[in-house]
Amino acid sequence: MDLFKSNSKGDENLPAISTAAIEELRQKARKLRRDVITMIYKAASGHPGGALSVLDILVVLYYMVMKIDPANYQDPDRDRLILSKGHACPALYAVLADRGFFPAGFLESLRKIGSPLQGHPDMCKTPGVEMSTGSLGQGLSVANGMALAARLENSRRRIYVILGDGEIQEGQVWEAAMSAAHYRLDNLTAFLDYNGLQIDGWIRDVKSPEPLVEKWRAFGWNVLEVDGHDYTSLLEAIERAHAQKGAPTMIIAHTVKGKGISFMENQIDWHGRAPNKDEYARALKELEK
Amino acid sequence: MTEEIATREAYGKALVELGQRMEKIVVLDADLSNSTRTVLFAEKFPLRFFNMGISEADMMGTAAGLAASGFIPFVSTFGVFATGRAYDQVRNSIAYTKLNVKIVATHTGITVGEDGASHQALEDIALMRVLPNMTVVVPADGRQTYQAVEAIARCSGPVYLRLGRPKVPVVIPEGLPFELGKAQLLKDGKDLAFIATGITVKPALEAAKLLESEKISAAVVNMHTIKPLDKELLLEMAQKTGTLVTVEEHSVIGGLGSAVAELVSENFPVPVIRVGINDTFGESGTPEALLKKYGLTAENLILAGKAALQKKKEI
Ligand SMILES: Cc1ncc(C[n+]2csc(CCOP(=O)(O)OP(=O)(O)O)c2C)c(N)n1
Ligand SMILES: [Mg+2]
Repeated sequence: MDLFKSNSKGDENLPAISTAAIEELRQKARKLRRDVITMIYKAASGHPGGALSVLDILVVLYYMVMKIDPANYQDPDRDRLILSKGHACPALYAVLADRGFFPAGFLESLRKIGSPLQGHPDMCKTPGVEMSTGSLGQGLSVANGMALAARLENSRRRIYVILGDGEIQEGQVWEAAMSAAHYRLDNLTAFLDYNGLQIDGWIRDVKSPEPLVEKWRAFGWNVLEVDGHDYTSLLEAIERAHAQKGAPTMIIAHTVKGKGISFMENQIDWHGRAPNKDEYARALKELEK
Repeated sequence: MTEEIATREAYGKALVELGQRMEKIVVLDADLSNSTRTVLFAEKFPLRFFNMGISEADMMGTAAGLAASGFIPFVSTFGVFATGRAYDQVRNSIAYTKLNVKIVATHTGITVGEDGASHQALEDIALMRVLPNMTVVVPADGRQTYQAVEAIARCSGPVYLRLGRPKVPVVIPEGLPFELGKAQLLKDGKDLAFIATGITVKPALEAAKLLESEKISAAVVNMHTIKPLDKELLLEMAQKTGTLVTVEEHSVIGGLGSAVAELVSENFPVPVIRVGINDTFGESGTPEALLKKYGLTAENLILAGKAALQKKKEI
């Protein structure tokens, strides 16, 4: 699958990806999903739904795209990711541990007293976490600041930020959307984890953000739509985002809340509760396949 | 800097000078750059100035991102908007993260004047003081503002610097060093101590002088840093004089008066009289008329001083 060879646009290209590599990523994601569910089970609290929906985006970024070095995680020229929907942090923690930012043993301590892994991301406590989030709606503004900083320093580093689809009901997101377009932040790529659900129900019932593509476009963004669980599509979209000049890119990633665990998929109930022993066993079993 | 100058004007000038020496300084404003005087920096360093439009929440987040990348952002707007409007952003994206963001509010207190209550921040010190990691600074005049801007640029971590709109006379003696967290004993005394901050240092000095003619010896402390509070000097004054009068252009709830009362009640209880805005919103008027109406004058401080002496006797 020589996806990227046909789409070469200078040095912004990502390496071509083989079918074997994709299969390897899928295996990796299954392992990380097990980590997520184990972590939340052991913590007896947390947010599995949104962690599972965002996980594949994180996998593509952290294993295929971002220039990062866990051994030198404060390198000023590293790429940065902000998980603006901070409640999904078990997915980020699983990825960071697997990439070697901190020992895998940390995962067991999630949400426990004294843990470096707080209930929501804390940049002062967790290596690899670029911004503390948890109060929704703030990450895009911070990403803009990082993108401006990269530009001021003539650095080629890139800034990535992931927003929830419920999260974008926050007004600050649209202030930030205007800022990113005004300052032509083409070193910024945002993802919308479009799983259709928030806490109180389906987004379209609570307060619909549609039409999304038109909205972001009207705010001056380059907008792409992909299947947020499909690695080749995600990679292709990211490459197109990198090639975009003069505007930030929003990748609207269609996802499934609770992805990978059948009884959690599309279930509002799994936004913010931990599995019990039986549910945990069933979840692990499904993820072993 | 010897002439009468608004603290916001001193801020603008200090920024320009510091901008030359410290290339990591960047400035953000929310459509008030002319009023906050960040326009002076914008003219000199257009590439390091970001007008974020009327989006205070977004501005705070953007500043956090710049700080997380090694820059020193100075963020300015009016006090009401810098603190109340963007509170959660300041709390979660700046204070919790210990990021090196300098929030400089230029229109605070009753002396915002004619714009009235919607624009008069009378609770901003309280809001900022309760945030962990936040330093809160209120300079007394233009000269001290100049010093304070440099001091906060060189310290690391979030700071709230509270400035004002009108021109104010210089009250800080030339050459008096400025150190964050170190209050200044401007006049010694043994019967009572005025603990003042910001532009109320001046009426406190005047009141102390007038009290002398009545054989009352009043000290005056300039508490330019409200957090961290200079506990040492405060307790020394409490022990020495036996009663304190706090003075601030801010609500008596949550600001300097509260901070002082909290400290002495735990460590060396003495009567504390709090002079400030008495749990009410402001209103339109000239700064002078408002200062008079709300009791931030030397005359009223004399009365407060005498009330403090009375309280001391009753104990
Ligand atoms: C400012 C703010 N308001 C409310 C919450 C509580 N909260 C946590 S998650 C959530 C729903 C988020 O929905 P969405 O962004 O769609 O996330 P996902 O579906 O990916 O979990 C809410 C309301 C919060 N964290 N922050
Ligand atoms: Mg959602």
